[in-house]
Formats: sequence, structure tokens, C-alpha cells
Amino acid sequence: MIEVKDLTKYYGEHAAIRDLNFTIERGEVIGFLGLNGAGKTTTLKVLGCVLLPTAGEVRVDGIDIAKDPHEIRRRIGFLPDAPPLYNEMTVGRYLTFAAELRGVSSGDAAARVAEAEEKTATRHVHDELISSLSHGFRQRVGVAQALVHKPKLLILDEPTSGLDPLQIIEMRTLIRNLRGVHTILLSSHILSEISQTCDRLLVIQAGEIVAQGTEQELASRMGAGGSVEVEVHGAAGRRVVDLVSSVPGVTAGTVVREADGVAVVRMQAAADLRPKIARVLVNGGLDLLRIDRGAAQLESIFLELTRNLADHPAGGGAGRSSNPPGAPRGIVQ
Amino acid sequence: MKSTFLIMRRELGAYLRSMSGYVIAAIVLLVDGLLFNALALSGEKLSSEVLSQFFFNSSGVVMVASVFISMRLFAEERQTGTLVLLASSPVHDWEIVIGKFLAALIFLMLIMAATVFMPLLIFVNGKISLGHMAAGYIGLLLLGAASLAIGTFGSSLARTQVLAAIFSGCIVVALIVCWMLAKVTEAPLNDMFTALALHGRHFPPFQAGAVHLRDVGYYLMVTYMALFSATRVMEARRWR
Repeated sequence: MIEVKDLTKYYGEHAAIRDLNFTIERGEVIGFLGLNGAGKTTTLKVLGCVLLPTAGEVRVDGIDIAKDPHEIRRRIGFLPDAPPLYNEMTVGRYLTFAAELRGVSSGDAAARVAEAEEKTATRHVHDELISSLSHGFRQRVGVAQALVHKPKLLILDEPTSGLDPLQIIEMRTLIRNLRGVHTILLSSHILSEISQTCDRLLVIQAGEIVAQGTEQELASRMGAGGSVEVEVHGAAGRRVVDLVSSVPGVTAGTVVREADGVAVVRMQAAADLRPKIARVLVNGGLDLLRIDRGAAQLESIFLELTRNLADHPAGGGAGRSSNPPGAPRGIVQ
Repeated sequence: MKSTFLIMRRELGAYLRSMSGYVIAAIVLLVDGLLFNALALSGEKLSSEVLSQFFFNSSGVVMVASVFISMRLFAEERQTGTLVLLASSPVHDWEIVIGKFLAALIFLMLIMAATVFMPLLIFVNGKISLGHMAAGYIGLLLLGAASLAIGTFGSSLARTQVLAAIFSGCIVVALIVCWMLAKVTEAPLNDMFTALALHGRHFPPFQAGAVHLRDVGYYLMVTYMALFSATRVMEARRWR
């Protein structure tokens, strides 16, 4: 669906993104992860044909962005970080305008608008002025304008930005429901957001892709493995550590807490070894209360990636690269 | 062309649904009315002189109003972030520029239409030629189109509406001052300044009821050049 090759974008002397390479398959939900200023928005704006690249090649559905941006724009729905809403319009009029602007005929526009409103649960605000909407609804209407013309590719720049926890859950559900219909590329610096919504991650730092893959792939490539946390009945922390050390691939078991009649132990597990760990503990006569993946897994991967880049700036940092053209960059290739 | 029409319709709707549109219209009508009363109707004059004075006053008002009407076209969208909707849609930059310009022009024409009662009042105590009136309004329309196009260009350059108004105002004033420069310079400079003058050289014939192809061509050329420049600015922004 998307092929990006050596994509570079300069703002004056400053390289916002440099030599990005990645591909996205049809139907995938891709999370674009990076700190503020890492180059996420610039990349998405180039993919959304709002900006043209300084160098490199971008193909969407086999069409070169430099040769026919117009045709690509027909296939893309773009939600920038601030939804592009005209306050003086009603939701219905605005969505009709957005649909017709993207080539939907006047006859089909009403049906498309109704469909988009259905998907984004904005049907009941159809006749409301956009200026009167809450932040959550504005964000929903922003998503609705991006998908009203049924684009193949949906680009969402920080779709949960500024939403309260309930609205974040609703937006997450909305994005999940769009899976399968569209290829989705969404950016965020909220790690849990990416983890729960996306099939694959692209981690960008200082304008370069420093890692890509599933969460598990990134964890194993980092050599960090996954972490597993167990909770058992009684003051049996030490016994848990002894038992799990016999499971191949489990290391560094440590007692996190031992109080109030329960013990919590965290360990490093090379792959997802929860079934084996649970069996060993139960066979060892312990009452297993809880077993799950370490909550901070993605955070630790992300921090590790960005920290490594900061420690080894060669190849990182906008405008400072000393890597020769074509040479591997970043940490994980 | 469908995109141009869609953008024009939305933009015109924004003028008609916003307070600023009505404020500009009200100020234009108030100032035009006061000037008509104070300057055109004062003393004993021939009817054609009253009409000529009305068009002279209106030309000044139209140039100032055009700067304020057009300042929001791109600068406001840039401020509110809505320009991305147009920039990510399958619409050419020239279609965006033309759509916005046409909306501003129609809005200006609506305001001008509301001033027609003033020349018609001359019929109460005098007699004027409808051809003179038509020529004057054609002149105002062309002058307004050129000023709006300059305003569109200024708005495409600026980050804020205030800056857009300042840019456009400076360009309009510079083109007006060309007429004065033409009077104090020698050939061939004075010929160049004369040809460039936005008002002093090209508007008086309309004011007097005459439509010359030379003047029509000048205003159309200024309009085209300004809109062409605005389109180029929009295209260049994608590369920045």
C-alpha cells in the first residue's frame, strides 16, 4: 500500500526527516511512535500530500507522490493534529463539503455523510454548529471528514490528543472498528495507545526510523525480552523465584512485594512463557492469583531505543548524521 | 471547476455567517453614505458631477474594503489549521485561489449593489445617464477585483490576518503612489509609473462614464498577476 524509500524533508537547513525507509501492507494498522519533534507530523504530512518531499520516493498504491499527488489525495483521508474544522458550518454541511471536495458526487454525498456519521457516532450532532461541539466531538468529526470519501489509506495524526480518558477509549474503539476497511497509519506519543490499537510499530527519533516491527519483535530484537509478573498467595516470593528459574528462558526473577498475604514477583522472559510459568507454579503447590505481561514493556522498549540513540548520536539527530548514503541507520534494522 | 465552485460557496457562506463580514459591509455603506452626503451632494453641481464624485469616493472605499475583505482568505485558514483540509484534498492550488477570490468578489459585489440607491437618488432632482452609472460600476468592479486579488496574494503570504492586511495595504498604496511618482519623474520612468498606477491613471475614465479597453486590460492584468502569484506562493509552501 505504501512504499517509502530514502524519504527526506528539509525545512531550510534543518532536516525534519532523513532517509526514512518503510513499507506498509494493505489493511495494516501502523503506529507511528516518537517523541514530540521527532518528525512524525512531517512524515504524515508528506504521506498525506500536504507537503512534498525534498528527496526520496513515496508510492501509495503504486503511484509516485511526486508525479501524481492529485491521484494519491483521492485515496487518502488525513486528520492532522488539530482537526481542520470550519466553526461556522454545521457538522452535516461540513462533511458534505469535505466529501464533495474529495470527488464524491452530490447525489452520493448524503449517504456517505450518513455512513461516516454512523461510524463516528456523530449522527445526532448532524445539525449542530461545529463551534458548539465539545473537544471529543470535534475530534470525531475530524475523523469523519477523513473517512467520508472511503479512502484506502487513513492517516491520523495524534487522534487522541487532548481527549479525556473516556473519549480516548471511545476513539480507540472507533479506530479498531475501522480496521479491515482502511489501511491506517496513526501517530502518537502515548505508548499504551499505540500498543493497544496497532499491528505494527514504526519508531521515529530525530527524523529517522530507529525501529520497526511488532511489540514482541522489538522487545526480542532489543534483547530485553518480555517481562512477566506473577502474584501468589502467602509469603512465597523466594519460592516463586526458585521455581521459575527452572523454566528455560526465564531470568532475573525478583520479589517486588511481599505483604498482606500475597507476594508479587517480576521476571524477564525471552518469549511469552506465561503458560509454562503458571504450570510450574501450580505444580509447585502455590496458589496463583495473577499472571500477566509486565505493564511497562512498551515503555521500556521505547525508552531504551531513544536512550540508545541519545547515547550514540552518530546517525541520529537531525542534520548531524555522518552515516554514508545507504548505510544502515539507527538501532534495529 | 467543481472544486472551485465548492470552495467559493463555502467561503461566501463564511462571509455571510460571520460577524466580520457584516461589520465590513456596514462600515463600507456608512462611510460611502457619509462621503456621498458630505462631498457629492454639497454645493451646486451638475448631476454628472455628483455621480462622478460618488464613484471617486466609492473607489477609495472599495480599495480599503477589498484589503479587509481579502485578508482572511488564507491567513485565517492558516491560523485555524483548516488549510490542511484543502491542501490534502484532490484540488489544484489554482482552484483554491480562484474559489476564494471569487467568493470575496461576490461579497464585494453584494456590498456595491447596496450602494446603488445613492446614484439613484440623483434622479430625484436631476438626470444622469444609465451608461455613465454602468461604466462607473464596471470601474469599481474592476478596481475591486484588482485590489481583492492583491489582498489574496497578501493573505497567501502572511501568517496572520493583520499581517495580510498590512502586506496588501502596502502593495495597494505603492500602486496608488505610482501616479504621484509619475508626476515628479522624467521619461521613461514616468511612463512606467503612469502605466502602473492603480487609480490615478486608470480609474478616472470609468468615473467620467467612459470604458477604455486599455483600463479594463490593466485591471484584468493586475488581477491575473496577483492571483498567479498567490497560486505560486501556495505551491511553494508545499516544498518548504
